[in-house]
Amino acid sequence: MDLSLISEVLASTIRLSVPLVLACLAGLWSEKSGIVDIGLEGKMLAAAFAAAAAASYFQSAWLGLLIAIFVSLSFALVHGYAAINQRGNQVVSGVAINMLAAGLAVVLGNTWFKEGGRTPALPVDARFMPIELPGARELAGVPLLGDVAKIISGHSILTYLTILLVPLTAWALAKTRFGLRLRAVGENPHAVDTAGISVARLRYQAVIIAGILCGVAGAFMSTSLSAGFVRDMTAGRGFMALAALIFASWRAWPAFYACLLFGFLQASGNYLQGVHVGGFEVPVQFINLLPYLLTVVLLAGFIGKSIPPRASGIPYIKDR
Amino acid sequence: MASARGELPPWVDLGLIPLLNLVVALLFAALVVLIIGENPLEAMWIMLKGAVGSLKGWGYLLYYATNFVFTGLAVAVAFHAGLFNIGGEGQAYFAGLGAAIVGLGLEFLPWPIVIPLAILAAMLFGAFWAWIPGYLQAKRGSHIVITTIMFNFIAGSLMVYFIKDYFRPVGRMAVESREITGAYILSFREIALRFFDLRLPSTPLNLTVFLAIIAAFVVWYLLWRTKLGYEIRAVGANTEAAIYAGIKPQRIIIITMAISGALAGLMAVNEVLGVQHRLLLEFVGGAGFVGIAVALMGRSHPVGIVLAAMLFGLLYQGGAELSFAKPLISRDMIVVIQGLVILFMGALEYAFRPALAAIFIKAED
Amino acid sequence: MTPAIELIGIDKRFGAVHANKDVTLSIGQGSIHGIIGENGAGKSTLMSILFGFYAADQGEIKVKGQPVSIKSSSDAISHGIGMVHQHFMLVDPFTVLENVVLGAEGGKLIGPALAKAREELTRLARDYELEVDPDAIVGDLPVGLQQRVEILKALFKGAETLILDEPTGVLTPDEADHLFRILGQLRDQGKTVILITHKLREIMAITDHVSVMRRGEMVATKETSKTSVEELAELMVGRRVLLRVKKGKAKPGEVVLDVKNLTWKDRNGVARVDNVSFNVRAGEIVGIAGVSGNGQSEILELISGISRPASGQIIFEGKDIGILGDPRHVREEGLAHVPEDRQHRGLIATFDASESIILGWHYDETLGKGFRLDRQAVINRCKAEMQEFDVRPADPLLISAKFSGGNQQKIILARELERDPDLLIVGQPTRGVDIGAIEFIHKRLIALRDQGKAILLVSVELDEIRSLSDRILVMFAGKIMGERGPEANERELGLLMAGVTGDAA
Repeated sequence: MDLSLISEVLASTIRLSVPLVLACLAGLWSEKSGIVDIGLEGKMLAAAFAAAAAASYFQSAWLGLLIAIFVSLSFALVHGYAAINQRGNQVVSGVAINMLAAGLAVVLGNTWFKEGGRTPALPVDARFMPIELPGARELAGVPLLGDVAKIISGHSILTYLTILLVPLTAWALAKTRFGLRLRAVGENPHAVDTAGISVARLRYQAVIIAGILCGVAGAFMSTSLSAGFVRDMTAGRGFMALAALIFASWRAWPAFYACLLFGFLQASGNYLQGVHVGGFEVPVQFINLLPYLLTVVLLAGFIGKSIPPRASGIPYIKDR
Repeated sequence: MASARGELPPWVDLGLIPLLNLVVALLFAALVVLIIGENPLEAMWIMLKGAVGSLKGWGYLLYYATNFVFTGLAVAVAFHAGLFNIGGEGQAYFAGLGAAIVGLGLEFLPWPIVIPLAILAAMLFGAFWAWIPGYLQAKRGSHIVITTIMFNFIAGSLMVYFIKDYFRPVGRMAVESREITGAYILSFREIALRFFDLRLPSTPLNLTVFLAIIAAFVVWYLLWRTKLGYEIRAVGANTEAAIYAGIKPQRIIIITMAISGALAGLMAVNEVLGVQHRLLLEFVGGAGFVGIAVALMGRSHPVGIVLAAMLFGLLYQGGAELSFAKPLISRDMIVVIQGLVILFMGALEYAFRPALAAIFIKAED
Repeated sequence: MTPAIELIGIDKRFGAVHANKDVTLSIGQGSIHGIIGENGAGKSTLMSILFGFYAADQGEIKVKGQPVSIKSSSDAISHGIGMVHQHFMLVDPFTVLENVVLGAEGGKLIGPALAKAREELTRLARDYELEVDPDAIVGDLPVGLQQRVEILKALFKGAETLILDEPTGVLTPDEADHLFRILGQLRDQGKTVILITHKLREIMAITDHVSVMRRGEMVATKETSKTSVEELAELMVGRRVLLRVKKGKAKPGEVVLDVKNLTWKDRNGVARVDNVSFNVRAGEIVGIAGVSGNGQSEILELISGISRPASGQIIFEGKDIGILGDPRHVREEGLAHVPEDRQHRGLIATFDASESIILGWHYDETLGKGFRLDRQAVINRCKAEMQEFDVRPADPLLISAKFSGGNQQKIILARELERDPDLLIVGQPTRGVDIGAIEFIHKRLIALRDQGKAILLVSVELDEIRSLSDRILVMFAGKIMGERGPEANERELGLLMAGVTGDAA
């Protein structure tokens, strides 16, 4: 096997995993507090559109990122309001947000840019471009080390940020007061309430974090991974992130690895076309559906049990 | 989805609230139209004219409604058992496989035999695609919402594979099957021409629309006039009481999902056998999701669903006409309205209740 | 010495229910004060008010002589009041330390708080015999240790007064004894303990004072050493005028239901039904008396097929139905079941009356051939049964939730009795039912008995048990404490209900 091919695939894996990791972390924060978030997909999509539109208009990737976060946050707050204040059905709310985002993105995109729903291609200045890490160029020719450098260097700043977010999330959940209370409210909100802590406030905080992370995810997709917004560009990544989350039993580091796995499947999809397994040519569609199949298999309890936070999806009502 | 919270008179609960939600959704859409720079009232007029102002409009409206009745019924039946079936999209897609296999494979048989068999096959394939998540929920506790979403995606990939590699005639570019002449459901236009020598505008409206009406009736009968239907509603309304009554929730969950999938599968009959006459990619086109909005608006009752389906048929056809007349307003505006309807009917259901309660409920002593 | 807690004139209503009627109570510092009473006496409500879950409609609370306003649990905690609930407020996947620290972390990072808690826990373990492994996962701990964590939580937050609500309901006798030792230590170190219970043995064993509540009122407060179980039992249950239904003597026939060595264990392995044996004969009413939560509900569920026994047999007309676990089968054999929880089990609130009246019997061929459900037949059946049982309004199309409690119960009774069952098991038949309906229902049950049917009655209303039953069994902690005839007096029954047997325990 060609080493440079492997390093290409691995580098691609990291790139492709970023939106998944971000969405996954968003889902993690939300679900840990007991709010089910099926709307990761919608928030990401809305953010992707907002980022591309703003970046195109202001010719600035950073402004695009800011606006993307704002948009995603807005959707997140709607979901939060429906789930926390109105005690509505959280799944339905998530499904509605996905639809709203998909529709609005195309409608507004069509109006503002008149390209049938997509945004104009972004010039390099309005994107998050790859950053070369110090020393990468020097190592380029060196065997093995050069390939490693190729994998690690050359990613956008958002990528490095994302990777840092994983240990940050894990640490915050485990070692801070906020993290402790958040985890508690997802397992037994009554325990939190009787300890004199506001359940609603904690859950809103979680929902806001999720909104911010989805904003970054979407912005990354349209201003780093690609050079603009295309309709339905998230293509189910929000659900894949959910699948990864379940796969990882709602823990930060395993979720990261699960997202890398999904990213790897996506990255290698192209290269695996034409590959033969036991005389049978593996169709690319089979590779495409592996993440989803994997999720179902896991949910069916065939690879160990995956236990969600106990109070997940249940509106909190002080039943007194 | 009925709630015993508060004592609003039934006409408010069943009529006013859905209407109110629709109005809010439309208001929001109007806002978006304004942002786009168009006149919402003008847009509304174009939509109405385009949908109900001509025979052609009606034809399209009813064709859309046919699809939405099927997918709406599918979601509704599952709702009655307390299940949220988001997999209608994938179930309808997979059902197309069944319809095509029978329609193409048995085309040497006369159509009075093939068509019913093809319909049955579509229902069976759709049922199967819903049965698996149902079984996993009942026996393994796997969250049905996530599994049905996953199955949507799996169907998406699988169908591409099947159509591309097995149904596409050799040498053809378009990723679709050859024409399914063996199970050809006539459109209204064709019937009018052939039997009545009448010229009707060309629309996709075909005989399947009658199947939709029959399906609505059958679902009503099933839920309110059979023992199984009683058990389904009991499980959804109060599982504990159902167990007390000797009903087995696991069994009901599985059966209900199968029925739900079968209903969604009928959508494939309309699209594959009645309109396109071939199996092609992505023929479901989002109808599975519209079904959710339709079921919520129609309060999961067949009469409400038929009405809501027609309403969304109006929105879809009107939306198409609108996007021709005003290219700035994309057809996806309807998706926005859909999303808002689902948001209000499904998650913010109680948002208006306090205000309405203040108006309608007299202070009790 | 100022009392630790004073409740003055506390009054609370929940709609029509007057849960606390002008209750005044004074609890001394450094003592263990018991509050005893039957179901619905108002003890839990009173303590919930003290802990800030509810606000009293009227009345005052004083802590250490100072009037305080307690609007939430954090208020209560700040005044040094801690509560150990009947259903634990614990986060199962957390460690003991994490649970203790929740809400009292004292800073943004929990590291220091956990260290401090560890120190505290060591000290508390030493002072009060509250040993628990600080790093254990709470969900894995046995119930007795989980309860200790609850106590530690309260102490860590600085509780001077500790309220325990029915703490021994989930404990084994050994664990209960250890708990009492802990409470004794707490008292000796100057803490105040309030113990809510219906178990007389506990009261006599560890309390210094005991207050008795009955039907929302504070009936008496006594020094424990100066009273007796008999006196307390009588105060608890009260001497009341019996609404006796006119009934002749029973003519019991063959054994219809024979329960042998029935045992059922809950999730934690505690035997909620503990080796219970009894029988019911045709033409008699057997009543099971007892405070709720002592296994009676579980027995009804076992016999009706909703749950399955861990061991033992349930023989109904010669067949062992315990192994079936199928309510439908059991019904087909001739058993009818009026459930205790009529709202959540007996009816479907959102269905109309005609659909509720066929619940459990909907597969009957007379209601529709084969798979069909004949709506007209159902409505007719409903009308007829509503007539028979004087259900008002006699409207089959009215939503079940809209009927009054009494009429709902009549609907359920109509449903179960019309099947002409050989055995009727019924739980809390007149809970939340008006007087007129109570009479009607009681008469119906007697009539059924006189027709030669067997009836097993479970009720927390001692009056009802005594007025209807031909034989009375008293349950406590999953066991049958004894059998008495209907002439048994309140004191005897009260003692049995509170876990005190005539012979040595």
